[in-house]
Amino acid sequence: MAPAAARPPAFASLAAALKDAGLAALVAFGCAAPMMGLRTVQGQGGLTLVPRFDTVAIAVAGVFVGRLLLHLWQHRRGAIRFNLPRVPGAGRAVGPAFAVLALVLPFIPGVGRYEVDLGILVLTYVMLGWGLNIVVGLAGLLDLGYVAFYAVGAYTYALSAQHLGFGLWQALPLSGLMAGIAGILLGFPVLRLRGDYLAIVTLAFGEIIRIVLLNWTSVTGGPNGLSGIPRPTLFGLNFSAGGGPGSFADFFGLEPAAIHRIIYLYYIILVLALATNWLTIRLRRMPVGRAWEAMREDEIACRSLGLNITMTKLTAFAIGATLAGLAGAFFATRQAFISPESFTFIESALIVAIVVLGGLGSQLGVAIAALVMIGGFEVFRDLDEFRMLVFGVVMVGIMVSRPRGLVGERMPTVVLRERKGIDAALVKEGAG
Amino acid sequence: MAAPILSIDGLTMRFGGLTAVDGLSFTAARGEITAVIGPNGAGKTTVFNCITGFYRPSAGSIVCTHQDGTQYRLDRLAGHRISSRARVARTFQNIRLFSGMTVLENLLVAQHRVLAPAARMVGLPGYAAAERAAIDRARAWLDRIGLIDRADTPAAALPYGAQRRVEIARAMCTEPVLLCLDEPAAGLNPRESEELNALLMEIRAGGTSLLLIEHDMSVVMRISDHIIVLDYGKRIADGPPAVVQADPKVIAAYLGEDDAEHLPPEVVGS
Repeated sequence: MAPAAARPPAFASLAAALKDAGLAALVAFGCAAPMMGLRTVQGQGGLTLVPRFDTVAIAVAGVFVGRLLLHLWQHRRGAIRFNLPRVPGAGRAVGPAFAVLALVLPFIPGVGRYEVDLGILVLTYVMLGWGLNIVVGLAGLLDLGYVAFYAVGAYTYALSAQHLGFGLWQALPLSGLMAGIAGILLGFPVLRLRGDYLAIVTLAFGEIIRIVLLNWTSVTGGPNGLSGIPRPTLFGLNFSAGGGPGSFADFFGLEPAAIHRIIYLYYIILVLALATNWLTIRLRRMPVGRAWEAMREDEIACRSLGLNITMTKLTAFAIGATLAGLAGAFFATRQAFISPESFTFIESALIVAIVVLGGLGSQLGVAIAALVMIGGFEVFRDLDEFRMLVFGVVMVGIMVSRPRGLVGERMPTVVLRERKGIDAALVKEGAG
Repeated sequence: MAAPILSIDGLTMRFGGLTAVDGLSFTAARGEITAVIGPNGAGKTTVFNCITGFYRPSAGSIVCTHQDGTQYRLDRLAGHRISSRARVARTFQNIRLFSGMTVLENLLVAQHRVLAPAARMVGLPGYAAAERAAIDRARAWLDRIGLIDRADTPAAALPYGAQRRVEIARAMCTEPVLLCLDEPAAGLNPRESEELNALLMEIRAGGTSLLLIEHDMSVVMRISDHIIVLDYGKRIADGPPAVVQADPKVIAAYLGEDDAEHLPPEVVGS
C-alpha cells in the first residue's frame, strides 16, 4: 500500500467510526442498564424495582456521541497525542523554589492553621514517597507493603512513650531502628523473589503487620489503638494550648496559641523530609546507591561484577524501612492517637502511586506527585462525590501524557564532561 | 611451565535428564588466550556459566590459581565472590550493560570492590580520593576503547559494537586475572572485529589471561594461543590453532561425519 493511502478515505472511516461508536454504546448499555436503569423504591410489601429508561438512554447516547467525536477528531489530527511541554533544566530551578516556599509557608500572610495542617500532611507523604523511592525507584524492588514500616515506627513511639516514658526525640532513633529491623526481616524471605512475586509477598507482609497490630490486644490495644501519645517538645518546652510555666509560649513571652504546635510539627516533618532527600541524593552517589541502580538495571551483570546482591537488596529494604519508621513516629506524635486503621493497604497503594506518578527515582517528581495527590485531593473537596472521579481523571491524564511519571529523566551520578539527563525510555524499572 | 590459571577437572553439568557438559577436563595457561569452540549446543556457554558461578556444577572441580599460588575453587565460591575474590570476570553473549546508566557509571559500578570499603571504613575524604582513582581508571579504559567522548552517554544509546567494547572495559575495571568472553565478536563487522583482536591482544599483554568462546574463526585462529573444541559436552580436540584446524574430528563435528547426513531425507530414503 502506498504511504499516501495510510489515511483511509473519509467515507470508509466514517462508517468504521459509526460502527465503533455503536459498539461502545452497546458496552455502555450493558453497564448502564443494570446499574443506572433500575432503581429500588420502597413500596408496599417491600422493595420494588422502577426502570429508568431515560437515564440509560442519556448515558448510551452520551457514549455514542463522545466516541464518534473522538474518532472524527482523531481522523483530522492523525493519532491522538498528549504531550506536556518539556522544560529543560527545570529541576534545577523548581527544586530550590519548592524548598524555599516550604520553608516560609507558615509565615506567608493568609496561611492559617488549615494550610499548615495540609502542609504537614503533604510533607509526610513526600517523606514516605522519598523513602519508598529508594526501594522502588532506585533498587527496583516493588514494595506494596511499605505502610507496615510506617506502622512499626508509629507503634514503636507510642509503646516506648507508654512504657518507657520516651519523648519524640528519644523515640525517633528507636522507631527508625525497629522499622529498619522489620525491613531486614522482610528482606530475607524475598531475596530470591522478583517482580510480581515480590510485590505479592510485600503486600502480604503489610497485611500481616496490620493484622498483628489488630489482634495483639494486650500490647497494641487492638482496634482501639493507642492514645495519649505525647506531643513533641522543643528542648523541654511543651506546646500546651493553655500556656503555663514550661511552655513554649511562656518562655518566649508569646500569647499561647494552638498554631505554635502546628507550626512546630510542620518544621519537624520538613526537616525529616529534607534529611531524607539529602540522604538519598548522597547515597545515590555512593557505591551502595550505584549498586542499587545497577541492580535495577541488570541483576545478573551485577553478580558478574562482584556485587553482593543479598547485601544490596537488604540495605535498600532496611534504609527505605528506616525512613518510613521515622515518618511513622512523626505521624504518631502528630495524631496523638494511632490505630491499625491508619495503616491499611490503601496507604501503601497511595505511596506507590506517588512514586510511580512522580517518576521512579526522581526526587523532585515524587515531591510534586505528593503535592498533587494529597494537596489536590483537598483542593477538590468542594466537588463532593465527584472528587474521586476528577482525581481519577487527573491521574489517568498524567499517566497518559507522561507514562514514566512527571519527571522520567534520570540524572547521572557522576560525569566526566557534561551532565545531561538520561531519557526515561532507556532506564529500566527493575524486575524485582 | 607455570601452574595453569584455570584447571577444570571432570566438570559435569546436568539439567534434569540432559547432560550439557560431560566429564570435561582442560586447563588454561597463564598469560595466554584460550579459546573454547564447538558447534551450537556443544555446552560452551554452560562451561562458562559454571566457571563464573551462575551454575553450580553437578560434579567436577574448577580451580583458579593466582600468581602467588593462592587457589580458589570456583565451583564452591558464592557467585559474587568469583569476581571479587578469585578475580574472574566475564562478559555475556547478549550484552548486559546497565542501560540507563552512563558509560562512566557502568565502569564505576565495576569498581565496587575497591570503592565500597573506602566509603564505609575510611570516611568521606578517603572516599573522595578512592573515587578519583576509580574515575581515572575508567578514563584510561575509555581511552583505550576509543569511547572517551561518550563517557556521559547512556550505555543503551551506544551502537552495538561500542557496547561490546564497553562491556569488556567494564569487566576489566574489576581488575581480573582471568577474563572470560562469551562470543565477543558476535555481530561485529570486519573492521570492529579487527579492533577487537587488537584490544584482546592488548589485554593479554597487560597480564590478564583470557578465555573466550567464539564462533568467528577469523578471531579464534588469529589470536588464540590454545584451542579447546567441545562437542556434545565433551572435549574432542585440544591444541594450538594449526593442529586443531587440521584435526579430522573437529572437521567432522563442524561439517558432519557423513555426507549422507547432509542429504535431504528423500534422497537418503531412496
